[in-house]
Order: sequence, then structure tokens, then C-alpha cells
Amino acid sequence: METLIFAPAILFLLLLMPSLMLGLIAKTKAFVSGRRGPPVFQPLHDILKLLGKGAVYSETSGWAFRLGPVLSLSAVLMAASLVPLFGAPLISFNGDAILFIYLLALGRFVTILAALDTGSSFEGMGASREAAFSSYAEPALILVFASLAIHSGSLSLSQMFSSGQGILPAPSVLLAASGLLIVLLAENSRIPVDDPNTHLELTMIHEVMVLDHSGPDLAFILYGAQLKLMLMGVLWIRLLSPSLASNAFLLTLSLCGLAIFIGAIESSMARLRLIRVPQLLIAAVCLAAFGLILAVR
Amino acid sequence: MIYLFLIGIPALMGLASLLVKSDDWRPWILPLGFSIHLSLVIACWKTLPTPSPLGWFGLDEAGLIVLTLASAMLLVFSIYCLEYLRLRKERPNRLFTASLAFILSAVSLVCVSRHMGLLWVGMEALTLASAPLIYFNHNQRSLEATWKYLMMGSLGIGLALLGTFFLALAMPANSVKTDPLLIDSLILHARFLSLPWLKGAFIFLLVGYGTKMGLSPFHSWKPDAYGEAPGVAGGVLAGVMTSCPFLGILRIFQICSSAGLLEFSQGLLILIGLLSMATAAVFVIGQRDFKRMLAYSSVENMGILVLGVGLGPMGTFFALLHLINNGLTKGALFLSAGNIHRAFGGKTMDHAHGALRRVPISAALFLLGFIAITGSPPFASFVSEFGILRSALDSGHLGAAFGFVLFLAAIFIGMATTVLSVVYGTPKEKSDMAVQGDSPFMVLPPIILMSAVLFLGLWLPHWLTDALKRSANALNGVL
Amino acid sequence: MQELSQILLVLIALFSFYALGNSSLIGCIRIIALQGMCLGLLPLIIDRQGFGMQIILIASGMFILKGFLIPRILSYAIREVKIRREMEPLIGYNASLLIGVFLIGISFILASRLPLPENIRTSLLVPVSLSVLMMGMLMMIVRVKAVTQVIGYLMFENGIYLFGLAISYQAPWLIEMGVLLDVFVAVFVMGIVINHIARAFDSINTENLTNLGD
Repeated sequence: METLIFAPAILFLLLLMPSLMLGLIAKTKAFVSGRRGPPVFQPLHDILKLLGKGAVYSETSGWAFRLGPVLSLSAVLMAASLVPLFGAPLISFNGDAILFIYLLALGRFVTILAALDTGSSFEGMGASREAAFSSYAEPALILVFASLAIHSGSLSLSQMFSSGQGILPAPSVLLAASGLLIVLLAENSRIPVDDPNTHLELTMIHEVMVLDHSGPDLAFILYGAQLKLMLMGVLWIRLLSPSLASNAFLLTLSLCGLAIFIGAIESSMARLRLIRVPQLLIAAVCLAAFGLILAVR
Repeated sequence: MIYLFLIGIPALMGLASLLVKSDDWRPWILPLGFSIHLSLVIACWKTLPTPSPLGWFGLDEAGLIVLTLASAMLLVFSIYCLEYLRLRKERPNRLFTASLAFILSAVSLVCVSRHMGLLWVGMEALTLASAPLIYFNHNQRSLEATWKYLMMGSLGIGLALLGTFFLALAMPANSVKTDPLLIDSLILHARFLSLPWLKGAFIFLLVGYGTKMGLSPFHSWKPDAYGEAPGVAGGVLAGVMTSCPFLGILRIFQICSSAGLLEFSQGLLILIGLLSMATAAVFVIGQRDFKRMLAYSSVENMGILVLGVGLGPMGTFFALLHLINNGLTKGALFLSAGNIHRAFGGKTMDHAHGALRRVPISAALFLLGFIAITGSPPFASFVSEFGILRSALDSGHLGAAFGFVLFLAAIFIGMATTVLSVVYGTPKEKSDMAVQGDSPFMVLPPIILMSAVLFLGLWLPHWLTDALKRSANALNGVL
Repeated sequence: MQELSQILLVLIALFSFYALGNSSLIGCIRIIALQGMCLGLLPLIIDRQGFGMQIILIASGMFILKGFLIPRILSYAIREVKIRREMEPLIGYNASLLIGVFLIGISFILASRLPLPENIRTSLLVPVSLSVLMMGMLMMIVRVKAVTQVIGYLMFENGIYLFGLAISYQAPWLIEMGVLLDVFVAVFVMGIVINHIARAFDSINTENLTNLGD
């Protein structure tokens, strides 16, 4: 009985939920600005459509360009197997938190390589921005994980993100959660950092890197990015209250809630000027560091 | 009861001068009130008044010496002010007069409080009361000076409050029932104090009150404030106000010495004293502005004071004597410098040159003051500075003695170039200023102060030496 | 209660932090007002014996003074001189944020070393007071606008007040009143001076105050 529900639920969460979250974010934004907006399943539809098309490769690009989407998607999928969705993760061992960070970094690295491989100046610009900003975001993520590891006394994601709490979480956990939220928005190119819907390549960060990908490659990249957003969302929800992720239904509901919350954030503020982005990320680093200090004492 | 009068009478005068409408008559309140205050203080010399029942107020020799100095000097300054404020008719003097009165009130509070918290409150009141003096001229430069003074002063006061907290923590919580900040009970229970907290308290109070005193790394407000304030206000700041934070440092020093931290605190005092003298020596050389030069000389003398306290009972004796000498001489110097400033309309060597031709008496007093402040005989500073040098040699601080002599010599040379150029020579152009020559009321006060310095240099009255000796011994925990 | 006071203390530290990284003067004033309100609430929810009249008095005095009165004076001052932003701090905002974290770390280390009674050492009060104090001093040093310096000074005073609160088992409440009075009068006087600076220089930039020097 357990496994009968478990397997389909996991499949649903990993395959459909990411696209659904993105659709919900878009729907929320449309609702706030008074439009009808695309249907919630539009992102899923896009991916399916892209999978059925052929890919176009420019003559100047080499193997790195072809490898990028595949490798980055598999890195994110690997990371997904480490994350406790509801109940235990697929793979779990002491130290898997470090592997998780490195898998995310690997995915970003190959995407940047692929972008540089096109030889286009737009892609190069995007790659350099991505690298610069992730050099702020990664320390923040590492500090968040460190403070949680100290707080829970374990280096395994499943224990770091399910330590029981009272009515109010400990101050260090709250600080870690606020740091993680900023990282979540930054890593998944959401609004105060990056605007995924902009049409001006000059102001893009993540989107400009993947301009040259097409067909199944682009589908891989889109799906990978959506999955990453969902994984970090799950972690954030578990940080606030592990009981919100106690079964598949509750987790689905809270992920939808998170998507609406992100949509609300995106509707309520404008994208920061590129110059100000590092300041936001440094604030995340500082929040996480403060949380770490609180956890250590 | 006497404590209430000492604090209350000047405060009432301050209120009265806020209420009086006439700019002409208001300054007359000061000499009247100050002489009542001084006579009260002199009455205290006969027998020290008994401490108040709860032990919050009381007067010991060190407090009495500072209080007497302050009261007497403010009386002399108030006589000077009569004429000065008449000359500066264009500026309303309500705030100026009131703040002089409030300063005396705050000084009295600092001197008679036997509670470190109360002493801190007095110090804060002193800072706020003195800001209007610096801002008297109401121009950009005086505004800048006031701003720096307030910022640095508030920071110092804040750090001193932190030090006071540390001191309260040093008292073991459950062993003593009295208030943990009463000086007498702190000294009584000195053996039980927690040493780390006491060390912290000493450092923070030294930094905090040292900022108010103008000791070296924290002196940056001093040249600006002294340079931009009117001469008489500079005299009040340098002669009267600096002795209050010094008293605060003496209090915590006494607690430390009775708790067995004598060497720790002495070491810090010697270090910061020599540092102040060195800083003054560096900045005084080539100083073209003679009021700023006086400010650096004040930094130097504050350094001499804490250095003396760091050198044991004999050094403390001479440091207390030097406190009196420095106050009196600085008063005379600032008053005569103010006269010269007014006669030339500028306070740098480019403006003021050949003062002896234009304001002979003030210039002569300025020269004599310079000779006295650098520690030349027959003035009293010679006695105190020589005494400090001797106690440095006696107590085996050869390095300190060497530095002391070296910095004194450097400062003498540095000040001499400025002072001699201001005093001698011929004035560059005909003066178009209204003031010509010396007016009697404006040279009489510095003459009084200088003759007091000369008198103390020739003969130290036995009651004064007794008081100084008792106080120096008490501060060092020698019975 | 314990958890709530901890979260409030963390908030107080974060407010200082936010002020360090914020260039808008109005934002800084709002933050210092929020911090003042939290400081006012703190004595009420902190663990201690008895819930006397004087605690309520101090708390409400703090709340009104630091939460409303002082921010009102400051915003009046900046409205008078029509100034919005701190343009050229001596140390940039990112660097000051990082220094701020460093200072927080130092104050936690310091606080764990202080020979305090056990129940106080384990509370967040002392480390947070030290970090607020140090960040205030940092702000006084690295900002050039007169208003920002006053805000830094207020933060410094808040830190001292927190420290006084931590040791209130030892020191009488006169000290706390002394702090209140001190802050009020200091800002009052500074407010007047700021107004004069505005009139004399047409801006409240203390960098203009650099005529004096050697």
C-alpha cells in the first residue's frame, strides 16, 4: 500500500509539479496585473512540444554545447534523488548535503561552458553574470547548510531539514530560512534578481545563456531549471515546518502556496539594477552567517 | 545640605540668566553668584563636610582641590566676561552666560559625587553645558568645531557609561547590599571585586573620560574646539573642564589601586600619558595658529597629568599640583591669546605679529604664560614637572623619564617659534580694529591668574601640600 | 517568552544590519524607530523576577522616545534640508555589511568569554548588545552625513541600553533613566546643530566640515 502510493506520488512530484509551479507563478502574476494569462499547464505543454522537435546546432559550437543540457539535467536529477520530498529521499547518506551543493554547481558549470562554447557575445555576457552572481549565492547556500548542519548535528539533508521544532523555529533556523529564500530567488532567476520574461537580452542573466539551444536540448534546460526551483522550494518549506511535508498531498499544496507566494513577490517589486544584485546576495550571505553564528554558540 | 547649595546656586544663576532680559546686565549675575559659590567652597577647606546619609555625596581632598580651582577660575573668567561681552555686543549672550553658570553646577556635581553613576551624569551635563560656549561665534568654523566636540564627547560619554556598567558588574552580586557603584563601598570591598570586570571598567573609563580630557588618540576634537571658541571659553575648557574627567579617572584609579591592580593601571596611564605628550610634540612644531598651539599644549599637559598619576604617590602629588598650575596658566594664556586675537583680527602667525607693540600687557602675559606652561622656573609648573621627572627616576621608569624630557624640550622649541613670532617684531600694517591697546578689565584677570602661578612657584602653603599629600596617598592606596 | 525575546533580539541586530546596508536616510530613520520600539518591548517580555511599575515606566518611556519622538525629530531635520540619500560613504555598503557580520561574530566570541553569571551568558542579550554597539560605532565612522552619524550614535546608545538591561540585576534603574535622558538631550542638541549646519552650508554633509585641520 505504502509503495503503491509512494511511487506514483514521487513521479508526479518530480515530473509534473515543477512545470505546474512555474505555471502557477505566471498565473498569479497575470491575476495581479488583471490579465487572464496562459493556462497553468502551458510550461508543461511547451516542454512536450520542444521534445518533439529537432535540434539546430551552429557550426561554431562543439561538443561542450551538446553536452551542456544533458549533463545539467542529469545533475539536477541526481540532486533530486537526494532531497527528502515527503518521507525519506531515494538516496541518503551522511554528507549528501555537500554532494547536493556540488551537483547544483556542476549543473551551472556545464551550462556556463555550453554558453561560452557558442562564441556569441550575448551568451558570454550571460555566462559571466551567472558566474559572478553565483559566486555570491553559493557561499550563502553553503552557510545556510552549515548552520543547519550544526543545528541538527548531521550532514544529511533528510535530517538537516526535518529537525523537530516548537511553536516558533529557533532564531538560527529563521535566519537560515530567510537567507535560503533569497538564494532560491537568485538561483532560479526570479524577479528581484533576474526577470525570466524580459525581452531585452542585455538585462538577462540566465535566459541569455540558453538562447542558442533548441528542441530537446532547450526542453532539458527548461525542465532542469523548473526542477531546481521545486527542489529548493521543498527544502524551504521543510525548513519552515517539516510537518508541511509530511505527506504527498500536503507537500503539493504547500508547493502551490509557495508558487503563489513567489508570484506575489514578483508582482510587488521590480527587478533590481544589476549593480544592486550583489548587495542583495551579500545580505543573504550575511543573514546566513549570522544564523551560523547563532547556531554555533 | 552644603552639597545642594554647591550644585544648586550655580544652577539657579543659570536659570536666572536665562530669564533676565537685558544683555547689558546679565553678565553681572556671574561674578555675584560665583563669589558666593567660592566662599562656600573655601568654607569647606576648614572642615571637610560630612558625607550625605546614603553616601551618594561627599567631598574628599581631590574633589575639593578640583572644585576650588574651578570655582576660583570661573570667578576670574566671569570678571573678564563683563568687559568681553560688552565688546561683543553683536552676539546675544543669554546662552553664553547661562552655560557658564551651568558648567559650574555640573563641575560641582562631578566633584561632590561619591557615586560613579552620578559622576557620569555630571560629566554628561558638563558636555552639553559647554557646547554653546564653542558655538558662540555662530559661523561655519565654530559650527564644525561644535559638531566634532559633540560627536566625540557623546562617544566618550557613551564609552564611559559602558565602563561604569562594567564597574557595577565587578561588585559581587550577593555579597554586598549597598549600591554597587558607590565609590566608598567599592574601595571598602575592593578585595572582593572581580578583576577582569574591573580591568575592563578601567580601560573603558580611561578611554571615555580620556576622550573628554583630550588624551592622545582621542584628542581630535580639541584643537578645533579650542581654536574656534572665544578665548575665555577656551580658558574654561582647558582650565576648568578638563579637570573633571581627570577626577573621574582618579576615582577609578583609586578603586583599581585598592583592588590590587595598581601596576596594571599605572602602566596604562604612563603609556597614554607619554603618547599624548608625543602627539602634542609632533603637532605643536610648525603650528601657525596660536590658539590651536595652546590646544596641543593642553593635550601635552593632560598627558603629563596621567603620566604623573602613573608614577606612584609622589608622582600623583605633583600631578595634582600640576593640575592647579596648568589650569591657572592655561586660563591666563587663553585670555591673553583672546586679547591678541581681537587686536589683530586673526589667530595665525600671518595675522598676529609684534603683539608687544600693539597690546603690550597682553603680549607680555602671553609670553610669561608660555614660559610658565613649558615648566621654566620660577613658576609653579617648574616645581610640578620637575617633581614628576624626579618621581619617574625614583620609581625606576627611566624610559618614561627620558621621553618626558625629550617631549618637553620638543614642545618648548615648537611653542617658542610661534609665541616669539607673535609677541616680538613689528606689526605688518596699521590696525583698523576698534580695539587699541589693553583695556584694564581684560588684562586684570590674566594678571591675577599669572601671579597665582608665580606665587605657588615661590611658596606652597602648608595646607595645600597637606591636602595634596593626603589625597595622593589615598589615591595610591597608601595609608 | 524565552523564544519570543530571542527572536526580538535577533530582529534588533538585523535592524542595525539593515541600516548599515541602506543608503536612504528615511529608510534608516524608519529602521531606527523600529529598533527603538523593539527595545521598548524587550523589558516586558524578557525573563526576570517581578513585573514592577518601574519596568513598565522604562518600557513605555523607551517606546515613545525611541520609537516616535527621536525619529520625528530626525525626519523633521532631513525634511528641512531636503536630503534623501547617503551618497558617498567612506566604506561601501557591501563592505560595511561584511564588516557588520564580522563584528557580530566578534561580539559573540567576546560575550562567551565575559565572566558573567550563567543565566545571562546563555541569553542572546549581551552578544546582541555588543554587536549593535559596534555596528553603531562603525556607522558613525564610515558615514559622512550628519544625520547618518546621529543614527549611528543612536544605535551605539541602543547597544549600551541593551547591555544595561542585561545587567539590570546589578545596577539600579537610575542608570537606565540616565541613558534615556542622555539620548534625548543629545539628539535634541544635535538636531539643533543639524539645523544650523543646514542653514550654514545648505547640506548636512559633515564632509563640508573639513576646514579645520593641521
